[in-house]
Amino acid sequence: MFLELFFQYLVAGLTYGTIYAIVGIGFNIIYNTTGIINFAQGEFVMLGGMTAVTLHAFLPLPLAILGAVIITMAIGGLIEIAFIRWLVKPSVLRMIIITIGISILVREAALVLWGEGVRSLPYFTGNEISALSFGGVRVSPQVLWSLGVCAVVVVCLNLFFKFTMLGREMRACAANRDAATLCGIPTRNMITLSFVLSAGIGALAGCVVSPITQTQYAIGGGLAIKGFTVAILGGLGNSMAAVAAGFILGILESFSIWVMPTAYKDAIAISLLLAMLFLRPSGLFGNREAFKLKDF
Amino acid sequence: MRTGRHLHILILFSAVVAVQLLTLATSRSFYLTQLTMTAYYSLIIIGLCLLMGYAGQISLGHAGFFAIGGYTSAVLTTMDLSAYKGSALVGALMKLSLLTSRQDLYGVQMLSLHPWAACVVAVLLTVIIAYAIGVPVLKLKGHYLAMATLGFGTIIYSVVLGTQKFGAADGISSVPAFPLLPGLTVSGAPGLRVQNYYIAWGLVAGGMLLLLNLIDSRVGRALRSIHGAEDAANAMGVDTAQYKLNTFVLSAAFAAVAGVFLTHFNGGIGPSEASIMKSVRYVAIVAVGGMASLWGTLIMSAVLNFLSLRGYFGSFYDAVFGGVLVLIMLFSPEGILQFDGKAMMKKFFRKTE
Repeated sequence: MFLELFFQYLVAGLTYGTIYAIVGIGFNIIYNTTGIINFAQGEFVMLGGMTAVTLHAFLPLPLAILGAVIITMAIGGLIEIAFIRWLVKPSVLRMIIITIGISILVREAALVLWGEGVRSLPYFTGNEISALSFGGVRVSPQVLWSLGVCAVVVVCLNLFFKFTMLGREMRACAANRDAATLCGIPTRNMITLSFVLSAGIGALAGCVVSPITQTQYAIGGGLAIKGFTVAILGGLGNSMAAVAAGFILGILESFSIWVMPTAYKDAIAISLLLAMLFLRPSGLFGNREAFKLKDF
Repeated sequence: MRTGRHLHILILFSAVVAVQLLTLATSRSFYLTQLTMTAYYSLIIIGLCLLMGYAGQISLGHAGFFAIGGYTSAVLTTMDLSAYKGSALVGALMKLSLLTSRQDLYGVQMLSLHPWAACVVAVLLTVIIAYAIGVPVLKLKGHYLAMATLGFGTIIYSVVLGTQKFGAADGISSVPAFPLLPGLTVSGAPGLRVQNYYIAWGLVAGGMLLLLNLIDSRVGRALRSIHGAEDAANAMGVDTAQYKLNTFVLSAAFAAVAGVFLTHFNGGIGPSEASIMKSVRYVAIVAVGGMASLWGTLIMSAVLNFLSLRGYFGSFYDAVFGGVLVLIMLFSPEGILQFDGKAMMKKFFRKTE
């Protein structure tokens, strides 16, 4: 019985871990190309889930998700073009405040558009009570869906950054923007692309976990903090490490229910974040020497 | 320079008097309630202005300090100690005449800590917490500092929201009035409206005087040097870490005082006072005021807080502050009073770069 409960918590932790990981990856993509932490990252997840629910009213599920991802990507691109593209060497403080402002505007727009109600997509296969049994541990198929999608996203991103011209150009932009410009890479377009890409990934995550965690206009802020925790935990800029860190955070949170009231669950992530920032800001898997050379 | 500073305070004072007379003349003295609350919010905001504008350190957790101050005072003054009359601690407090007895809503006699004692405890507690948080947090810069303070604010919010002792989602109500001096009481009673209006704005004027003096002193110059180039300031022998920490603690103390007074004025405090949106709002107002401009910040704080409290923004107040934040940072990062429309237009319509 004890062991079963243990695995049940583990599975719950993994489920939340995937979404944290994906938000963390979203942070990393934008941070890598621009050096900006996009505080509106969690809003992409919310937009993805909400749009998909709305589209699902008249479209089959796969098309609704596809539509939601495309729409969110467009919004991500538009945000970058409208608010960030034309700024000349903005200070970090200015960028922080602007992205916070954007996240508030997106959230309030969502409140006007969709109201305060909690929505969710239907389960992709089966329903709320269908479960696969693994030696006594019951796992919802949706959990497998979210783990699978997370895996596919990570693999595809790696392939994209390693083997496609576009991906290499983005990496060049991350390594040294001035040098990339000199090589004829349109760095500004690369930055827009990074927003589009991370918006798309966030939206996809928002759709996949929507049946389990549900979607509401205000979920973005909390997800942003957790995604950031994950990004820091893994080492800022390192997407593979963010996945591992996402699972660590998800599992820690899930087991914390055992010893603490649920109301304090969020405090776990934040305490972890603060501890990491104070003790090892280069992250669990990051290189301290390299970290010192980075500019924040 | 000295006379200029006193002149400004004098102008502030006459503006405060003028507004009061105006509400009297137009028989809209109910505006004074919102104006009093505006003053207390302005107190936090000018404290934050010192930290953000002069020391250059962002804090997205100031609502947390406000809440620590307000909640501490609320808990201490509403706690009924009459059951513990026998205990040594309560006996000692009684001997020091730090306790007051009063009747609660149902006419039952209760014994609780005097608001002055509670106020001192609340501010001290905030200062201690600010020191404890400030030492590690202020080593961080940029995004990390923003996220760490945001994290601190979120923790405070989830603690007050999740703890039964703090009234969870309902907050704490029936907080007693705060008798400052004989004849001066911080309370929301309609008869004391004018008095409270002057107490609140007097506090703001005192705070402004303190901060203005600080900025023009050696400390102020050190802070500005930190904002300009921290490494250079360090090399010149400015103890940057200490200055940043002291500024952080001072601005937290401002927030705590505001929290204590507003809680007694409103007769209660709720978890929304600790929310991140409140912290973001304070940052927004400092940004609109022009970061390193105490007067600009005070003016914008008075205008925006009053409009928001009077409900001119309807249910869109968060959106208004978010929008203001983005627009100011995009088009006029030096604050709205420094907005240069002509240069902006020129830049916007320039064809080539």
